[in-house]
Amino acid sequence: MRILLIDDEEELVSTLAERLSFRGIDADWACSGKDALKKIEETPYDIAVVDIKMPKIGGLELRKMMAGKYPDMKFIFMTGHGSEEDFRAGSEAAGAEYYLVKPVDIEELIRKMKEALKK
Amino acid sequence: MNHQWEIICNDGFQFMGKMNASISHEIKNVLAIINENAGLMEDFTRMAEKGLPMDPERIKSFARKIQGQVQRADGIVKNMNTFAHSVDEPRKRIDVGELLAFMTTLSKRLASMKEITLTVMPAAMPLTITTTPFLAHHMIWRCLDFAMAVSGPNSTVEITPDKTEGGARIRFKLPTGLIGKPSQALFPSDVENALADVLNGQVRVQQDSGEIVLILPESIDG
Repeated sequence: MRILLIDDEEELVSTLAERLSFRGIDADWACSGKDALKKIEETPYDIAVVDIKMPKIGGLELRKMMAGKYPDMKFIFMTGHGSEEDFRAGSEAAGAEYYLVKPVDIEELIRKMKEALKK
Repeated sequence: MNHQWEIICNDGFQFMGKMNASISHEIKNVLAIINENAGLMEDFTRMAEKGLPMDPERIKSFARKIQGQVQRADGIVKNMNTFAHSVDEPRKRIDVGELLAFMTTLSKRLASMKEITLTVMPAAMPLTITTTPFLAHHMIWRCLDFAMAVSGPNSTVEITPDKTEGGARIRFKLPTGLIGKPSQALFPSDVENALADVLNGQVRVQQDSGEIVLILPESIDG
């Protein structure tokens, strides 16, 4: 599976990509919605793991922009909310089928990726 | 509680919530980076246990990154603590430059989400006032929030404090070309007017120069 990690915290996505590679998962990363769009145009990905809140283009907006062109691409959202309960109580949760609260548990991330690909 | 305080309290809770949410999101990012670096260090250790050589420089780099994030978190928590304690004293002598630097630091993440830079210009001379710290923070946030709302992405909001005969004048320079836009009719709203009143100050949009002007007295008690 081809994964694109997107977060404006470069150190977070670059390290996460390296950890995924240790587990046999090929992951690229981008530090903005704009960079992500460019990368997706170059090479479509199976899954985008994206921070909900980023400058200019946030995770939900990115999915909206990509939905027509890449309908099969799955999105897993990362959020800085305090807990899953806090996130579910907010308005953004309605648009996010798969999400993870930061700090991300890598094994849970992999489980969600597999789950998303099965659908 | 009179109507004016009701307005201030309602918006004050929202202000406090917004700042706390922003701070907690930032701390979560720091924790996420520490978590990934610690995780990667563990991955390398597992590989070493299986006999693969481990580069000591790599381990040092993880330690440096974690230390850097701990310092970042320390700065965030210090600001959070200062903000939390701003409700402790109803009156305090404060440096206006420091007040503005603090509020722009606190608002930096929210500004960055809108791709806006906040810049505080130094005051020409030392500038202190006696005021209610939390209400002053609230008022400055309201000015910043409006300035950011009417400024487009990739713009800078310049904040300049000046000493006046009666206290301090703070100018929030808006990008040019905003004069006469409908959003200008929304400022100052009931909230800013109520805050200006209890701070014994004034707030207005200066149409000719494209600035929000906030006047705070040398002492809130007159």
